[in-house]
Amino acid sequence: MEVFVQQLINGITLGSIYGLIAIGYTMVFGIIGMVNFAHGDVFMVSAFIGLIAYLIVTAWLGIASAVGALLIVLIVAMALTSLVNWTIERIAYRPLRGSFRLAPLISAIGMSILLSNFVQVAQGPRNKSIPPLLQGEFVLMGRESYQVTLSHRQLLIWIVTAVLLVVFWYLVSRTALGRAQRACEQDQKMAALLGVDVDRTISITFVIGAALAAVAGTMYLMYYGVVNFSDGFTPGVKAFTAAVLGGIGSLPGAVVGGILIGLVETMWSAYFSIDYKDVAAFSILAITLIFLPQGLLGRPEVEKV
Amino acid sequence: MTALLRVEHLTMRFGGLVAVNDLSFTTNRGDITALIGPNGAGKTTVFNCITGFYKPSEGRIALAHGAPEIWEELAALTQRDARSVARGDGALFLLERMPDYLVAHRAKVARTFQNIRLFSGMSVLENLLVAQHNPLMAASGYTALGIFGIGNYGRAERAAIAAARHWLDLTGLTDRADDPAGDLPYGAQRRLEIARAMCTEPVLLCLDEPAAGLNPRETAELNELILRIRSDHNVSVLLIEHDMSVVMEISDHVVVLDYGVKIADNVPAAVRDDPKVIAAYLGVEDKEVGRVEAEVGL
Repeated sequence: MEVFVQQLINGITLGSIYGLIAIGYTMVFGIIGMVNFAHGDVFMVSAFIGLIAYLIVTAWLGIASAVGALLIVLIVAMALTSLVNWTIERIAYRPLRGSFRLAPLISAIGMSILLSNFVQVAQGPRNKSIPPLLQGEFVLMGRESYQVTLSHRQLLIWIVTAVLLVVFWYLVSRTALGRAQRACEQDQKMAALLGVDVDRTISITFVIGAALAAVAGTMYLMYYGVVNFSDGFTPGVKAFTAAVLGGIGSLPGAVVGGILIGLVETMWSAYFSIDYKDVAAFSILAITLIFLPQGLLGRPEVEKV
Repeated sequence: MTALLRVEHLTMRFGGLVAVNDLSFTTNRGDITALIGPNGAGKTTVFNCITGFYKPSEGRIALAHGAPEIWEELAALTQRDARSVARGDGALFLLERMPDYLVAHRAKVARTFQNIRLFSGMSVLENLLVAQHNPLMAASGYTALGIFGIGNYGRAERAAIAAARHWLDLTGLTDRADDPAGDLPYGAQRRLEIARAMCTEPVLLCLDEPAAGLNPRETAELNELILRIRSDHNVSVLLIEHDMSVVMEISDHVVVLDYGVKIADNVPAAVRDDPKVIAAYLGVEDKEVGRVEAEVGL
């Protein structure tokens, strides 16, 4: 029982990070119908930006407060990662718009390889670490032998994810920008004829996706304390699985999917074999695509004849 | 009579096919101009050139806002490598140089489609709000400030909803405001498309076969709506239509195309009796070709 509750807490935390990354996949897919394979690596780059920002803030500027440092790191990481993703969209995807469908996809895979190799060369192939932050924890239940804990870090990740989900759900469903995004999803040409600047709307979508990936990257860095140039791939593909599971195009779906993937992964690790946790997570992708192609919260495609 | 839109020597080629050939016509302010012709005559291509969908192979498409004196700038603007010029209370736009979203946003040309293109997954009201995207974005400080409730976003949104409500009332769609646009019946979707185009506050409204698929009662209501739009909102209308009950009843001026070439440009009554137009529409038997050609002066 205690193990189950503890794994539930761990799973939701991990899943929240996947969910934040998945929002970027789901929004980009929604608006230009492209799987942005570089998104996982954008997440990894953001963790490195966070790492460098953290070192500058603590070692050079001498800010000792963990909360203050984290806040600065978060803002810097969001701003720079947004800039990176905006640039990627501008040079690697926009010129290929209107080209054949696979062209931006191939370009995205190229961008993914470029980013991870660049970080490998620039930062070295070994794990980079930061000292542990926010080490406090709440003991929720348990006996002498096994205590169920919720660490401050985990709680912070939950809160940040929940707040961001509400903010971005509001942005997409209630503001002029969100309406323009949804209009572009359905019919870009028509949106342009109503005065919507489609290129700018797509750029903003990439910027938002990157900002959320940067939050996820910073949280990941804070939670695990280490980051590696290859860390973009697996969380990226898992987040993509989460987006598909939740229903591609749906923001709450992305987070729900992320949490489910996180739970499957942690529960599998606890009760079955930890070596096969990725197999379990990715099996969900295949199962979803076969039995529930529209995802949990996605709208079924109705083809009118 | 002051000109609103001048199409001059417009030519559009697709490879070897000449869809529109050296077409010139003028739409006056406050007029309803009909563009008619047999299928494949190039009418929709003309619309696509005007609204920035296509870049014309040759020709000039100029549109003026405000005082008519602005037309004096036309030659100078054409010489320069600019899209538009503003002087006093007037502005002049060269539409063939503008991307589609600026034709809608700056030059204020709106259009509807032959095959309805609503955002079918969004609600009726949201369709009308998307059309007011630019004023809302400006009011919300391009969303950055709007999230925090700074700026006058709230007021702008209320104004946008009021404008949408006005058009919903006029088109009889108020009851359906929160339904997905794709769930409306066909005639209502046609009216919603017009309402959405009007929400961009255009000076020129381009309607591509608005009466297609409507029954006679709906067509009569459509005529009334178009006349109402013209009189109440100071909008000029450019209309592609096959339904002659619409064309003859509401248009002030008819331009007839056949195989991309203009064959008539006159008031409706004169166009109706024009032998060239009749020949283009009905065709003539082979043995009569010589006689008809002599009659129409070919």
